[in-house]
Amino acid sequence: MAKKKNTEQPAAKPAGGLFTYAPAPESPAAAGDIASSYGHFIGGQFVDSSGSEALKTVNPATEEVLAEFAQGTEEDVDRAVAAARKAFGDWSALPGSERAKYLFRIARIIQERGRELAVLESIDNGKPIRETRDFDIPTVAAWFFYYAGWADKLDYAGFGPNPRPLGVAGQVIPWNFPLMMLAWKVAPALATGNTVVLKPAETTPLTALRFAEICRQAGLPKGVVNIVTGDGRTGAALTAHPDVNKVAFTGSTPVGRAIARQLAGSRKKLSLELGGKAANIVFDDAPIDQAVEGIVNGIFFNQGHVCCAGSRLLVQESVQDELLDALKRRMSTLRVGDPLDKNTDIGAINSAAQLARITELTEAGEAEGADRWSPECELPGTGFWFRPTLFTGVSQAHRIAQEEIFGPVLSVLTFRTPAEAVEKANNTPYGLSAGIWTEKGSRILWTAERLKAGVVWANTFNKFDPTSPFGGYKESGYGREGGRHGLEAYLDV
Amino acid sequence: MPLTGRSRSGIEWRARTPRSYRVPVRPQVSVRPRWVVALADYYARRYAALVTMSTVAANAPGVAGSGLADVAASEASLRRFLHGLPGVDQVGLEARAAALGTRSIKTTAKAYGIDLAISMIDLTTLEGADTVGKVRALCAKGRTPDPTDPTTPRVAAICVYPDMVATAKDALRGTDIQVASVATAFPAGRAALPVKLADTADAVAAGADEIDMVIDRGAFLSGRHLDVFNEIVAVKEACKRPDGSSAHLKVIFETGELQTYDNVRRVSWLAMLAGADFIKTSTGKVAVNATPPVTLLMLEAVRDFRAATGVQVGVKPAGGIRTTKDALKYLVMVNETLGDDWLTPHWFRFGASSLLNDLLMQRQKLATGRYSGPDYVTVD
Repeated sequence: MAKKKNTEQPAAKPAGGLFTYAPAPESPAAAGDIASSYGHFIGGQFVDSSGSEALKTVNPATEEVLAEFAQGTEEDVDRAVAAARKAFGDWSALPGSERAKYLFRIARIIQERGRELAVLESIDNGKPIRETRDFDIPTVAAWFFYYAGWADKLDYAGFGPNPRPLGVAGQVIPWNFPLMMLAWKVAPALATGNTVVLKPAETTPLTALRFAEICRQAGLPKGVVNIVTGDGRTGAALTAHPDVNKVAFTGSTPVGRAIARQLAGSRKKLSLELGGKAANIVFDDAPIDQAVEGIVNGIFFNQGHVCCAGSRLLVQESVQDELLDALKRRMSTLRVGDPLDKNTDIGAINSAAQLARITELTEAGEAEGADRWSPECELPGTGFWFRPTLFTGVSQAHRIAQEEIFGPVLSVLTFRTPAEAVEKANNTPYGLSAGIWTEKGSRILWTAERLKAGVVWANTFNKFDPTSPFGGYKESGYGREGGRHGLEAYLDV
Repeated sequence: MPLTGRSRSGIEWRARTPRSYRVPVRPQVSVRPRWVVALADYYARRYAALVTMSTVAANAPGVAGSGLADVAASEASLRRFLHGLPGVDQVGLEARAAALGTRSIKTTAKAYGIDLAISMIDLTTLEGADTVGKVRALCAKGRTPDPTDPTTPRVAAICVYPDMVATAKDALRGTDIQVASVATAFPAGRAALPVKLADTADAVAAGADEIDMVIDRGAFLSGRHLDVFNEIVAVKEACKRPDGSSAHLKVIFETGELQTYDNVRRVSWLAMLAGADFIKTSTGKVAVNATPPVTLLMLEAVRDFRAATGVQVGVKPAGGIRTTKDALKYLVMVNETLGDDWLTPHWFRFGASSLLNDLLMQRQKLATGRYSGPDYVTVD
């Protein structure tokens, strides 16, 4: 349902239902001061760019410009890498227990400033405050806490005694979980003794810049974390920089492929976390109500801007009708609208460009003959919005079954036998995640063993924990983030 | 026309012409959304194979035409049916209940929710120490929850032990507040069937509008589903009045004793098939009473049951709901699982005692902007 307008009379019977939730907006002022323009964060200082080009970041729910920020030049990247290199010697020489103190401090500050970060993230990204408050920011803090704990125990991580850091890590992150992706990259890099230069996405730089302030608040030594903003050109300059020892990228498969090509033959270590087209497989003995919740969480969480989103629903034909009916009923209760309203389930699409891509792919789905369905819901007049959408009658040959849509669009396919489910689930160039829904434990194990996906969830979906490794194979990338495995990407082993 | 008679246990009773029985009319589900029809088809198809013998028909009206009529034909068929229901994933159910608990209910929505919650309360006293004076005081509280504000809604019912029904009935005369009586050897239910039926009949004869029975948890846990079923059918029969009307039957599961969510789903269907008008979580007398996940599961059960049979059944969480915040979370669950059709005291109740005063304090705070404190609401 779209956000309902305030009704003046208390306890009146509002239109559209007996119990209509009054607006419960979080205050945008809680985001703290947003500067009108930002430079880079290099060597512990906010500095101006060497170039004059500036980009704008907008609130995707209102299309208002939030701030200008610098388009990082090759010279900026060079300064940042030099600062990181300079800091690397002392930072890597610190005892792990000392590095851990900084990371614990950062984690605590993130918790203390959680509301501010949640609101800022919601404004800059368009995702609902419910998710930034209950998922993104707690996960960010958890990641720093977890890797802080590893910093003085690296000898016992299974990589031999005294594993060494790589040096300077160049990290390029996407816009779908801006601060969380930062945490996934920065926390293990710092715990293992590396220094970093990070480039946030060009539509969502604000929480990374706020994180720079947190680094200063935590007294982190200068140059250990450097943040250079800009678009893909800045990212390319960073990954290409000769003094970078490690490149970590999360984003689209085409860009990941370009980075792999760029780095081929160099001594840089590379980890890539790319696209996905996850299958969520529902067997006929699944717990139906919970499966519906899992499907909804799998594809409509974060407006579907999730690389591991369960964007293909594979449902056993014998339960197809009741599952889809229950799913439609559930989708009709999703609340689309103001991301800062605490009752919003689905917020704004991150950018006009992404909205255009989702629109194009869904039109292709219709043109190819799939049946499209969306619940009735009002969408706000300004901003970038897309109704939660269901495609039935989808076949493997359709583009919406093959290409990553990265939006709130679910393609439904059916299967008859477990073997067919596995065959269809694996019939994709991607291999990031998958879900299995059945009450039968042996079937979970049988299926999981055969799925070509880095992460397989059973009777749940989109669950993340710092202790658990995450990553894909095939065109979904390589390397693991999270857990003990996540340390390897930043160690010379 | 007044009727008089003598109950099985020899107590003289007088049945009044029903004046304000708020026995809800079963909804005529004429225009059902497509998914409802499909779900009904689904359940009919899913369970058609189980329908083999025909000796005892399921008791709920509407069940006859749904393909579910014969599931209680034998212990085996009932067991097959109940165990054929989709499983419940504990983690997922609890996560959904917790997520619904994060809804932010403010201003107008909060005012609406508080008044709705007050009107849904079965204000309860079930103590060994209950006296006529205590019950009268509770009835007065139910009639006028907040003497300082006449716009405060009345509660739905006063819930007492059978021997207090006549007192409550008398104290509530002239209102549409229902008298609910626990029965069937509440709370343990450990008595012979004739005793339970006499208990029920006495309460009905004394004027109870609603009967809150307890199931035989021992029988359910030992797999004697048909015994539980037949007992509900018998109690429902004992709810009948001489004039042909019937006290409203609420069936208490004591979910804290049934323990697993799969059991809760099964017992919900069992009770609905046997003709329960309401399904209720708990007696309030054990360690674990109503919880959001258990209640959510029961809400899903009544939703699916109506989809399959067209028969609407009410839900009553009871015990452990003490604050306005809790009550609003339950209303959110009803709203987002069942919608408007269940958002009335006809179809959703809170079994509670201390909840009322917290609702009243929050109501006063909304009206005045100040939190008054417990000295500004009446104890009973």
